[in-house]
Amino acid sequence: MAKRIDVSDLNIYYGNFLAVEGVNVSIEPRSITALIGPSGCGKSTFLRTLNRMHEVIPGARVEGKVVMDGHDLYGADADPVDVRRQIGMVFQRPNPFPTMSIYENVAAGMRLNARRMKKSDLDELVERSLRGANLWEEVKDRLDRPGSGLSGGQQQRLCIARAIAVEPDVLLMDEPCSALDPISTLAIEDLMTELKERYTIVIVTHNMQQAARVSESTGFFNLNGVGQPGRLIEFNPTEKIFSNPDQKATEDYISGRFG
Amino acid sequence: MATQTPTPVSTAADAVEPAAGRLPRWAPWACFAGAAAVAAGLELLGDFNIALFVVYAVVLGTLALYLASRVTEGRRKATDRLVTAVVTSAFGIAMVPLVALVWEVVGRGIVRFDGEFFGSSLVGIIGEGGGAYHAIFGTLIITALTTLISVPIGLMTAIYLVEYARGRLKRAITFFVDVMTGIPSIVAGLFAYALFVLFFGPGVRLGIMGAVALSVLMIPVVVRSAEEVLKLVPNELREAAYALGVPKWRTIVKVVIPTAIAGLGTGVTLAIARVVGETAPLLVTVGITNATNFDPFDGRMATLPVYAYYQLTQPGVPPEYAIDRAWTAALLLIMLVMGLNVVARLISRFFAPKTGR
Ligand SMILES: Nc1ncnc2c1ncn2[C@@H]1O[C@H](COP(=O)(O)OP(=O)(O)OP(=O)(O)O)[C@@H](O)[C@H]1O
Ligand SMILES: [Mg+2]
Repeated sequence: MAKRIDVSDLNIYYGNFLAVEGVNVSIEPRSITALIGPSGCGKSTFLRTLNRMHEVIPGARVEGKVVMDGHDLYGADADPVDVRRQIGMVFQRPNPFPTMSIYENVAAGMRLNARRMKKSDLDELVERSLRGANLWEEVKDRLDRPGSGLSGGQQQRLCIARAIAVEPDVLLMDEPCSALDPISTLAIEDLMTELKERYTIVIVTHNMQQAARVSESTGFFNLNGVGQPGRLIEFNPTEKIFSNPDQKATEDYISGRFG
Repeated sequence: MATQTPTPVSTAADAVEPAAGRLPRWAPWACFAGAAAVAAGLELLGDFNIALFVVYAVVLGTLALYLASRVTEGRRKATDRLVTAVVTSAFGIAMVPLVALVWEVVGRGIVRFDGEFFGSSLVGIIGEGGGAYHAIFGTLIITALTTLISVPIGLMTAIYLVEYARGRLKRAITFFVDVMTGIPSIVAGLFAYALFVLFFGPGVRLGIMGAVALSVLMIPVVVRSAEEVLKLVPNELREAAYALGVPKWRTIVKVVIPTAIAGLGTGVTLAIARVVGETAPLLVTVGITNATNFDPFDGRMATLPVYAYYQLTQPGVPPEYAIDRAWTAALLLIMLVMGLNVVARLISRFFAPKTGR
């Protein structure tokens, strides 16, 4: 049940600091949307507003509208916990729970929310999620070992398995491959292509080729100077962005003539 | 920079310094053995004094080693050896009171470290015999009650401070906790006494009063240590749980606390060790008795520190027997504190998150 997200006039603040200004964008269901742009322009910040993780930071707040399938995520009746159950997230740095085994990490979404499940169903869910994250073959013989004992790339895939185990409608990924070798990166890209059949995926990446390879649409964020808010400069189909962008700044950034 | 990259710098220095020889491995031992011999000779001229002998030996040995190294190895290595010797001596000096204390307490306490000490109270005892059965149980009961009061309050305060409190209120609470950490223990005792006098009238003595007084001392210690440990739990783990749609309180109970459990257990154990030997507050709240009383809500109880105090200050005639009992009680207290420290280490060893790499 992939869902569509419409963002309108979104301003994002850290205390009094306006980090991102005036974002208007529509994210299509069953597709991969890539966000690119220089460091510090607010890609992570924007991504975190999509599942209300931004407000976890003290003083952080948001103005504007984020609507998912007609339902305002920042409306008075929206519960951030419910929003996060529908919109999963994979973080830039892998963060498996150190006290839990590989199995428990994948089952964490169910266990921590105290959802009752038969053992056999849970086993099946864990296997399905680990297969989905392309990790099953590597860990099937040591599911009871600590999750933090895996390599960095395996940990990242474990976090992806954990995120898809709760079966969200939307999956947000913040530079999921920035710490990975080319082989794991490829595995995760394949995974994303598979997952987009069922999910809406938004990915932040610094890797142009990756954005070009996997995404349908690409958004380019930029900022005019230090202390200025970041803006969504251009949002277009990926093909157009990489061949014939509307904005000069986009072209400069993509071709490496930035700054 | 130079101090952080010793290897390249040392090769450079070796190349520059003319006398880059090496003292053999046994050189330090030889220097100190020689110095000891000289010191012994010096001492034999007058009366032999063990403390002076050690001082002479250490000073002479350090000097000899420095000079030998200066001549053969050059200035940098010599300074290195000098500093090593000084730091080691400082460590030795720091150990002196500890070793002397343990030595003295064990030597004197062992005299009455017997079955009767653990098996009988002081009822009907004048002079020889008797034990601290009643005081041992008093200490255990009151410490357990203190833990029962302090740990929930302390842990919850720490969780509140780390996970919920913001801004001014947080700073105010932190400030008061800091002040409470430094409050003299007799003040805690007087506070508990005054509190209970309000309800039971003057002269009241109850085990629970002692537990309340000790809690006043223990709660801030628990808060402080738990706060430090909870702060160490990476924010990323909390965010990982939130992103799965886990509510905040469940995140705290199921993710934050399990991750920090080793540190929390260690902190609580050390906080218990901190209050188990407190004397002054118990003196004014629990008093002392010769009989066994297991009920902390009814009348006076004996506790090990207060027991030791009274055995020492009011030994009766002849005094030797009571003084022996006081030393054994002191020995028992030291063993309790050491035991708790060992437990704390075991907790942090066994409950630490396993990486399994
Ligand atoms: N917790 C925070 N408190 C205050 N300001 C923050 C915080 N996190 C980020 N910022 C600021 O918000 C702006 C956008 O940061 P953000 O992390 O979104 O950048 P980014 O585009 O993800 O960069 P990168 O590509 O390096 O990850 C930056 O100016 C940053 O300094
Ligand atoms: Mg980022």
